[in-house]
Amino acid sequence: MVASSLKLQELIQEIREAKTQAQEREVIQKECAHIRASFRDGDPLHSHRQLAKLLYAHMLGYPAHFGQMECLKLIASPRFTDKRVGYLGAMLLLDERQDAHLLITNSIKNDLSQGIEAVQGLALCTLSTMGSAEMCRDLAPEVEKLLLQPSAYVRKKAVLTAVHMIRKVPELSDIFLPPCAQLLHERHHGILLGTVTLITELCERSPAALKHFRKVVPQLVHTLRTLVMTGCSTEHSVSGVSDPFLQVQILRLLRILGRNHEESSETMNDLLAQVATNTDASRNAGSAVLFETVLTIMDIRSAAGLRVLAVNILGRFLLNSDRNIRYVALTSLLKLVQSDHSAVQRHRPTVVECLREPDASLSRRALELSLALVNSSNVRTMTQELQGFLESCPPDLRADCASGILLAAERFAPTKRWHIDTILRVLTTAGTYVRDDAVANLIQLIGGAQELHAYSVRRLYSALAEDISQQPLVQVAAWCIGEYGDLLLEGTCEETEPLQVEEDVVLALLERVLQSHMSLPATRGYALTALMKLSTRLHGDNNRICQVMSIYGSCQDVELQQRAVEYNALFRKYDHLRAAVLEKMPLVERGGPQVNEAAKESKEVAQLSEAAPVPTETQVRGPGYPWGKSMVQLPYPALTLLPSLQASKLLDLLDLLDGPSENAQHPPPLDPTPGDTLIHLLDLPCTPLPSAPIPNLKVFEREGLQLTLSFVRPPGTPTLLLITVTATNTSGGDVTHFICQVAVPKSFQLQLQAPSGDTVPAQGGLPMTQLLRILNPNKAPLRLKLRLTYDHFGQSVQEIFEVNNLPVETWQ
Amino acid sequence: MIKFFLMVNKQGQTRLSKYYEHVEINKRTLLETEVIKSCLSRSNEQCSFIEYKDFKLIYRQYAALFIVVGVNDTENEMAIYEFIHNFVEVLDDYFSRVGLHVLQLLLIEQPLPAASRLAARAGTVSAK
Repeated sequence: MVASSLKLQELIQEIREAKTQAQEREVIQKECAHIRASFRDGDPLHSHRQLAKLLYAHMLGYPAHFGQMECLKLIASPRFTDKRVGYLGAMLLLDERQDAHLLITNSIKNDLSQGIEAVQGLALCTLSTMGSAEMCRDLAPEVEKLLLQPSAYVRKKAVLTAVHMIRKVPELSDIFLPPCAQLLHERHHGILLGTVTLITELCERSPAALKHFRKVVPQLVHTLRTLVMTGCSTEHSVSGVSDPFLQVQILRLLRILGRNHEESSETMNDLLAQVATNTDASRNAGSAVLFETVLTIMDIRSAAGLRVLAVNILGRFLLNSDRNIRYVALTSLLKLVQSDHSAVQRHRPTVVECLREPDASLSRRALELSLALVNSSNVRTMTQELQGFLESCPPDLRADCASGILLAAERFAPTKRWHIDTILRVLTTAGTYVRDDAVANLIQLIGGAQELHAYSVRRLYSALAEDISQQPLVQVAAWCIGEYGDLLLEGTCEETEPLQVEEDVVLALLERVLQSHMSLPATRGYALTALMKLSTRLHGDNNRICQVMSIYGSCQDVELQQRAVEYNALFRKYDHLRAAVLEKMPLVERGGPQVNEAAKESKEVAQLSEAAPVPTETQVRGPGYPWGKSMVQLPYPALTLLPSLQASKLLDLLDLLDGPSENAQHPPPLDPTPGDTLIHLLDLPCTPLPSAPIPNLKVFEREGLQLTLSFVRPPGTPTLLLITVTATNTSGGDVTHFICQVAVPKSFQLQLQAPSGDTVPAQGGLPMTQLLRILNPNKAPLRLKLRLTYDHFGQSVQEIFEVNNLPVETWQ
Repeated sequence: MIKFFLMVNKQGQTRLSKYYEHVEINKRTLLETEVIKSCLSRSNEQCSFIEYKDFKLIYRQYAALFIVVGVNDTENEMAIYEFIHNFVEVLDDYFSRVGLHVLQLLLIEQPLPAASRLAARAGTVSAK
């Protein structure tokens, strides 16, 4: 047998003396070798010591699995020292996933049934730590018996084991349900605490148990009341509060029992009020109990007064200097704000104070709560506070804060001017963090507030002059300056200080935006368009603007280049139309939930309508006349679009106004240069003329029966052709059983409607008519094949023939 | 419900870990490093409750030792905070100083007579 059976203390000493990791490892490995040998050879006297050393090594992180069987042996031994170490080893080394663990079941069973407390305690402890589902099932009856043992020590451990068992195997609840009620009458706090936990677990897992335990609510109430009212026993008091852990646990159970149950909630009401008023919150323990009380009040069906009390407690927490308590209060208030809004409002000033916290988690909570508390009466002050916060808050909160402010402003803005001011301020402070649709919203808002155009453009101009780096701000400002440039230059506005702005300065500013490397391509687009619009608004000559356009005509960015080329064309070839094209935009229609889409659409519409003015049904308006709403109606159906298909949409417009054959020149399909399509469109007469009538065509004649085709092209639908087949009979005999069938080439769609009859009476009687509808989406040349079957002069006739010489107007 | 209980020193080494739900060994180390990182980086000004994935972490510092408890959503954070303190008090009562190796001794050597008193306090530990 290998000697040197070190005592545990000696081993620890040696390990501590090791100076390096390597040394320590050496010592341990040496010792483990001894231990392994000792296990193999069997050393009943010292095996517990060996195992203890092994466990120590295990805690330091070294492998110790070879000790598992030794644990089992030690557990089975009759000596207490052995059992103790054996069980400890079992708790540390064995767990559910090891195969060996089931082997302890028998030992545990034996130990549980023998009368020695300490041993029973050990066994129960081990079971509750590492008991697997099978073990629990096997040993549940034993544990249940122990629940009613005379020894408090054992009872307590048994309750704890029961809790573990329920967690592992919920079906065992039947076994543990009956003893609980009796256990609640215990005086021993440990057992009581365990029992309450057990009941909580039972109720959480089974609704039947929940119903069963509603009966014990009075008992619980009584226990809690005694705890709170009577003086605290020194054994269980923590900083002046008698057993806060038990109180918290009981409160939690009451919460589960009282949820959605009127009767229980009523029984608890008084008690909760009592706890709330009597608990001293100056120390953490008391605050913990109060917090649990508040949570319970919030969850059960409590009286209104009680809820107000809860909110007030939370308000008091907010004033506490302890950060933890404030955090907890803010979280709970956030949950309450929906249901008890007015009560929480009262604490608004304190919440706003918390915005200034250096702690990130606290300020985040405070931000969420503040945003939830904004309503129409306090929106001005709150926005002020929130904007102050926005300036100093950490970057990860900025996006939330900015969008929160914008949302609140949208919902509760008292005046349009205030709204515009607020958005402006947010854009200047945190422009890069706002959502994408903020720009569109602001533009729409400004566009709608006619009286504030001058004011807005001035404010935006000053903001832009200071700083061109905040993209959303620059975009909005560029748009406004473009639209309302004339208001910027002329006259004064009462609401801002008089601002003398020179044309050159404005143009220089926009050029700076264009050239700045900080500007996004979208921003550059805005600036370019704005410059163009200014060419009509300003009074100076437009050389400067022309120059810019020609420069950008060869820009790398395709979007900018396209715009610049279009604008160039406007300058050079279509100068007479420039004023009309660049008039002030109509008000954007904002459609409810599709606000973003509508705003974007309208921007595209604006672009498009700048490039291609659409005349009204009545007459062309002169420049300077603001386009009224009626104008907007017409282009909309044609202009629902994607920006990249500008050119093809122009073609649709052309179709709309097509009709007169003088513009028979067929426009090229996709991707012409923008200039060309402009030509076509702008060459059209301003009013759509009624389409010239298409001559009828005689297609068939035989023995007096004639077939004539007449054509109608309805102006509204360019691809539709209506043909009326008329059969006339000038002969002496009737034509009966007349059936006409028509076929068309593949790309067409044909619809034959029912004929007026199947007899064409003789001698110029009532002709038979039949209507054909032909859809010609591809504008291919139309050909028809007709098949006629009828009886004439006693003979059945069948005729098949093609019609190829249809007039051009039918299909173009 | 308590999910785990860690004792960590200021250098970031785990001195004690007890998991009340099964977690893989390699996941444990990952969890511990992340948890320790977030706790050590907090200043005195900040509150003791951190939100980490789907746990709530409640930590408390005692000289060179951090005690971190991870709980799920249903727990009362302040009660856990109090519980940590209770635990440390028990240890302190028992041994004159809450040192680094004390728990190893505590777990291995369980003198019988004191066990009952310890168990009374520790009853609160196990009940959670």
